[in-house]
Amino acid sequence: MILIGLAAGFFSALFGVGGGIVIVPLLLLVARWEIRSATATSLAAIGITATAGVITYVAHGEVRPVYAALVGIPAAAGAVGGTGLQQRLPVRTLSFLFAALLVAIAIRLLLQ
Amino acid sequence: MTYVLAVLLGAVAGVLSGLFGVGGGILFVPTLTALGLTQLHAEASSLLAIIPTVIVGVWRQQEHGNVRWRSALVIGVASVGAAVGGVQAAEALPEATLRRLFAVLLLLTAGQIAWRARNR
Repeated sequence: MILIGLAAGFFSALFGVGGGIVIVPLLLLVARWEIRSATATSLAAIGITATAGVITYVAHGEVRPVYAALVGIPAAAGAVGGTGLQQRLPVRTLSFLFAALLVAIAIRLLLQ
Repeated sequence: MTYVLAVLLGAVAGVLSGLFGVGGGILFVPTLTALGLTQLHAEASSLLAIIPTVIVGVWRQQEHGNVRWRSALVIGVASVGAAVGGVQAAEALPEATLRRLFAVLLLLTAGQIAWRARNR
Protein backbone atom coordinates (compact mmCIF):
# COMPACT_ATOMS: atom_id res chain seq x y z
CA MET A 1 0.00 0.00 0.00
CA ILE A 2 2.90 2.35 0.78
CA LEU A 3 4.42 1.61 -2.64
CA ILE A 4 1.09 2.26 -4.37
CA GLY A 5 0.84 5.60 -2.57
CA LEU A 6 4.42 6.54 -3.48
CA ALA A 7 3.83 5.63 -7.15
CA ALA A 8 0.57 7.61 -7.21
CA GLY A 9 2.10 10.75 -5.72
CA PHE A 10 5.22 10.61 -7.87
CA PHE A 11 3.54 10.01 -11.23
CA SER A 12 0.66 12.40 -10.66
CA ALA A 13 3.05 15.23 -9.78
CA LEU A 14 5.38 14.34 -12.68
CA PHE A 15 2.74 14.16 -15.43
CA GLY A 16 -0.07 16.29 -14.03
CA VAL A 17 -2.52 13.37 -13.96
CA GLY A 18 -4.70 12.59 -10.98
CA GLY A 19 -3.68 10.00 -8.40
CA GLY A 20 -6.74 7.86 -9.16
CA ILE A 21 -5.38 6.91 -12.58
CA VAL A 22 -2.41 5.29 -10.83
CA ILE A 23 -4.09 4.05 -7.61
CA VAL A 24 -7.04 2.16 -9.17
CA PRO A 25 -5.00 0.09 -11.70
CA LEU A 26 -2.42 -0.81 -9.02
CA LEU A 27 -5.14 -1.90 -6.58
CA LEU A 28 -6.76 -3.94 -9.37
CA LEU A 29 -3.71 -5.58 -10.93
CA VAL A 30 -1.09 -5.67 -8.15
CA ALA A 31 -3.18 -5.94 -4.98
CA ARG A 32 -5.91 -7.86 -6.90
CA TRP A 33 -8.78 -5.93 -5.34
CA GLU A 34 -12.29 -5.92 -6.70
CA ILE A 35 -13.07 -2.77 -8.75
CA ARG A 36 -15.66 -1.21 -6.40
CA SER A 37 -13.36 -1.37 -3.34
CA ALA A 38 -10.47 -0.11 -5.47
CA THR A 39 -12.34 2.96 -6.74
CA ALA A 40 -13.93 3.74 -3.33
CA THR A 41 -10.61 3.52 -1.50
CA SER A 42 -8.93 5.56 -4.23
CA LEU A 43 -11.46 8.38 -3.62
CA ALA A 44 -10.63 8.44 0.11
CA ALA A 45 -6.87 8.48 -0.62
CA ILE A 46 -7.32 11.31 -3.16
CA GLY A 47 -9.18 13.30 -0.48
CA ILE A 48 -6.04 13.25 1.69
CA THR A 49 -3.71 14.15 -1.18
CA ALA A 50 -5.95 16.94 -2.50
CA THR A 51 -6.31 18.46 0.99
CA ALA A 52 -2.52 18.58 1.40
CA GLY A 53 -2.21 20.13 -2.06
CA VAL A 54 -4.87 22.76 -1.39
CA ILE A 55 -3.17 23.81 1.85
CA THR A 56 0.08 24.38 -0.08
CA TYR A 57 -1.63 26.37 -2.84
CA VAL A 58 -3.77 28.44 -0.43
CA ALA A 59 -0.56 29.46 1.33
CA HIS A 60 0.67 30.81 -2.02
CA GLY A 61 -2.69 32.47 -2.76
CA GLU A 62 -3.33 30.49 -5.94
CA VAL A 63 -6.75 28.98 -5.17
CA ARG A 64 -9.87 30.65 -6.68
CA PRO A 65 -12.65 29.39 -4.36
CA VAL A 66 -15.58 30.73 -6.43
CA TYR A 67 -14.34 28.92 -9.54
CA ALA A 68 -13.67 25.79 -7.48
CA ALA A 69 -17.28 25.90 -6.21
CA LEU A 70 -18.59 26.48 -9.75
CA VAL A 71 -17.32 23.05 -10.86
CA GLY A 72 -16.94 21.34 -7.46
CA ILE A 73 -20.55 21.64 -6.26
CA PRO A 74 -22.10 20.20 -9.45
CA ALA A 75 -19.38 17.53 -9.32
CA ALA A 76 -20.38 16.55 -5.78
CA ALA A 77 -23.96 16.09 -7.04
CA GLY A 78 -22.62 14.16 -10.03
CA ALA A 79 -20.65 11.88 -7.69
CA VAL A 80 -23.93 10.70 -6.11
CA GLY A 81 -25.07 9.66 -9.59
CA GLY A 82 -21.70 8.11 -10.47
CA THR A 83 -21.41 6.00 -7.32
CA GLY A 84 -25.09 4.97 -7.60
CA LEU A 85 -24.62 3.93 -11.22
CA GLN A 86 -21.44 2.05 -10.26
CA GLN A 87 -23.33 -0.24 -7.85
CA ARG A 88 -25.74 -1.25 -10.61
CA LEU A 89 -23.19 -1.85 -13.38
CA PRO A 90 -21.65 -5.34 -13.66
CA VAL A 91 -17.96 -5.50 -12.63
CA ARG A 92 -17.07 -6.61 -16.16
CA THR A 93 -18.69 -3.57 -17.80
CA LEU A 94 -17.11 -1.28 -15.22
CA SER A 95 -13.66 -2.76 -15.94
CA PHE A 96 -14.06 -2.22 -19.70
CA LEU A 97 -15.20 1.38 -19.14
CA PHE A 98 -12.24 2.05 -16.83
CA ALA A 99 -9.87 0.59 -19.45
CA ALA A 100 -11.46 2.95 -22.01
CA LEU A 101 -10.82 5.91 -19.67
CA LEU A 102 -7.13 4.92 -19.41
CA VAL A 103 -6.87 4.72 -23.20
CA ALA A 104 -8.42 8.21 -23.52
CA ILE A 105 -5.93 9.64 -21.02
CA ALA A 106 -3.01 7.88 -22.74
CA ILE A 107 -4.04 9.38 -26.10
CA ARG A 108 -4.27 12.83 -24.52
CA LEU A 109 -0.77 12.46 -23.04
CA LEU A 110 0.60 11.30 -26.41
CA LEU A 111 -0.94 14.28 -28.24
CA GLN A 112 0.19 16.85 -25.66
CA MET B 1 -16.91 28.81 -22.21
CA THR B 2 -20.16 29.78 -20.53
CA TYR B 3 -20.85 29.25 -16.83
CA VAL B 4 -23.72 26.89 -17.67
CA LEU B 5 -21.32 24.68 -19.64
CA ALA B 6 -18.81 24.82 -16.78
CA VAL B 7 -21.48 23.61 -14.33
CA LEU B 8 -22.43 20.79 -16.73
CA LEU B 9 -18.80 19.72 -17.18
CA GLY B 10 -18.44 19.82 -13.38
CA ALA B 11 -21.39 17.45 -13.03
CA VAL B 12 -19.91 15.11 -15.68
CA ALA B 13 -16.58 15.15 -13.79
CA GLY B 14 -18.48 14.12 -10.65
CA VAL B 15 -20.12 11.17 -12.42
CA LEU B 16 -16.69 10.02 -13.71
CA SER B 17 -15.27 10.44 -10.21
CA GLY B 18 -17.98 8.26 -8.64
CA LEU B 19 -17.77 5.64 -11.38
CA PHE B 20 -14.00 5.30 -11.67
CA GLY B 21 -12.45 6.45 -8.39
CA VAL B 22 -10.71 9.47 -9.91
CA GLY B 23 -10.76 13.01 -8.56
CA GLY B 24 -12.27 14.78 -11.57
CA GLY B 25 -9.29 17.04 -12.18
CA ILE B 26 -9.04 15.71 -15.73
CA LEU B 27 -12.16 17.78 -16.56
CA PHE B 28 -11.86 20.49 -13.89
CA VAL B 29 -8.50 21.84 -15.10
CA PRO B 30 -9.41 22.32 -18.80
CA THR B 31 -12.81 23.78 -17.78
CA LEU B 32 -11.19 26.32 -15.46
CA THR B 33 -8.51 27.34 -17.97
CA ALA B 34 -11.29 27.80 -20.57
CA LEU B 35 -12.96 30.19 -18.10
CA GLY B 36 -9.79 32.27 -18.15
CA LEU B 37 -7.79 31.00 -15.18
CA THR B 38 -4.05 30.47 -15.61
CA GLN B 39 -2.81 26.85 -15.63
CA LEU B 40 -1.47 27.25 -12.07
CA HIS B 41 -4.68 28.81 -10.69
CA ALA B 42 -6.77 26.19 -12.52
CA GLU B 43 -4.74 23.32 -11.02
CA ALA B 44 -4.90 24.83 -7.53
CA SER B 45 -8.67 25.47 -7.76
CA SER B 46 -9.22 22.01 -9.25
CA LEU B 47 -7.69 20.47 -6.11
CA LEU B 48 -10.19 22.41 -3.99
CA ALA B 49 -13.08 21.27 -6.23
CA ILE B 50 -11.90 17.65 -5.86
CA ILE B 51 -12.45 17.75 -2.07
CA PRO B 52 -16.31 18.04 -2.00
CA THR B 53 -16.47 15.62 -4.95
CA VAL B 54 -14.54 12.84 -3.22
CA ILE B 55 -16.19 13.51 0.18
CA VAL B 56 -19.60 12.82 -1.38
CA GLY B 57 -18.21 9.86 -3.34
CA VAL B 58 -16.66 8.32 -0.22
CA TRP B 59 -19.85 8.93 1.78
CA ARG B 60 -21.92 7.07 -0.83
CA GLN B 61 -19.38 4.24 -1.17
CA GLN B 62 -19.18 3.90 2.61
CA GLU B 63 -22.88 2.96 2.62
CA HIS B 64 -22.04 0.03 0.33
CA GLY B 65 -19.07 -0.99 2.51
CA ASN B 66 -16.53 -0.44 -0.28
CA VAL B 67 -14.06 1.93 1.45
CA ARG B 68 -10.99 0.38 3.11
CA TRP B 69 -9.89 3.18 5.39
CA ARG B 70 -6.51 1.92 6.56
CA SER B 71 -5.29 1.38 3.00
CA ALA B 72 -6.69 4.75 1.92
CA LEU B 73 -4.82 6.49 4.74
CA VAL B 74 -1.52 4.77 3.92
CA ILE B 75 -1.86 5.43 0.17
CA GLY B 76 -2.92 9.06 0.71
CA VAL B 77 -0.11 9.94 3.11
CA ALA B 78 2.59 8.16 1.05
CA SER B 79 1.28 9.93 -2.04
CA VAL B 80 1.68 13.37 -0.46
CA GLY B 81 5.33 12.60 0.33
CA ALA B 82 6.10 11.25 -3.13
CA ALA B 83 4.43 14.20 -4.88
CA VAL B 84 7.27 16.42 -3.68
CA GLY B 85 9.75 14.08 -5.40
CA GLY B 86 7.60 14.02 -8.53
CA VAL B 87 7.66 17.82 -8.83
CA GLN B 88 11.46 17.84 -8.58
CA ALA B 89 11.78 14.97 -11.07
CA ALA B 90 9.56 16.86 -13.53
CA GLU B 91 12.09 19.68 -13.54
CA ALA B 92 15.15 17.44 -13.87
CA LEU B 93 14.06 14.71 -16.32
CA PRO B 94 13.27 14.73 -20.07
CA GLU B 95 9.54 15.17 -19.49
CA ALA B 96 8.26 14.58 -23.05
CA THR B 97 9.94 11.17 -23.36
CA LEU B 98 8.73 10.08 -19.92
CA ARG B 99 5.19 11.22 -20.72
CA ARG B 100 5.13 9.03 -23.84
CA LEU B 101 6.45 6.07 -21.84
CA PHE B 102 3.79 6.64 -19.20
CA ALA B 103 1.10 6.81 -21.90
CA VAL B 104 2.29 3.47 -23.30
CA LEU B 105 2.24 2.04 -19.76
CA LEU B 106 -1.39 3.24 -19.38
CA LEU B 107 -2.31 1.56 -22.68
CA LEU B 108 -0.75 -1.73 -21.53
CA THR B 109 -2.55 -1.41 -18.18
CA ALA B 110 -5.87 -0.78 -19.96
CA GLY B 111 -5.24 -3.86 -22.09
CA GLN B 112 -4.52 -6.01 -19.04
CA ILE B 113 -7.63 -4.78 -17.16
CA ALA B 114 -9.84 -5.44 -20.21
CA TRP B 115 -8.21 -8.86 -20.81
CA ARG B 116 -8.79 -9.89 -17.22
CA ALA B 117 -12.42 -8.70 -17.28
CA ARG B 118 -13.01 -10.65 -20.50
CA ASN B 119 -11.69 -13.88 -19.00
CA ARG B 120 -13.56 -13.53 -15.72
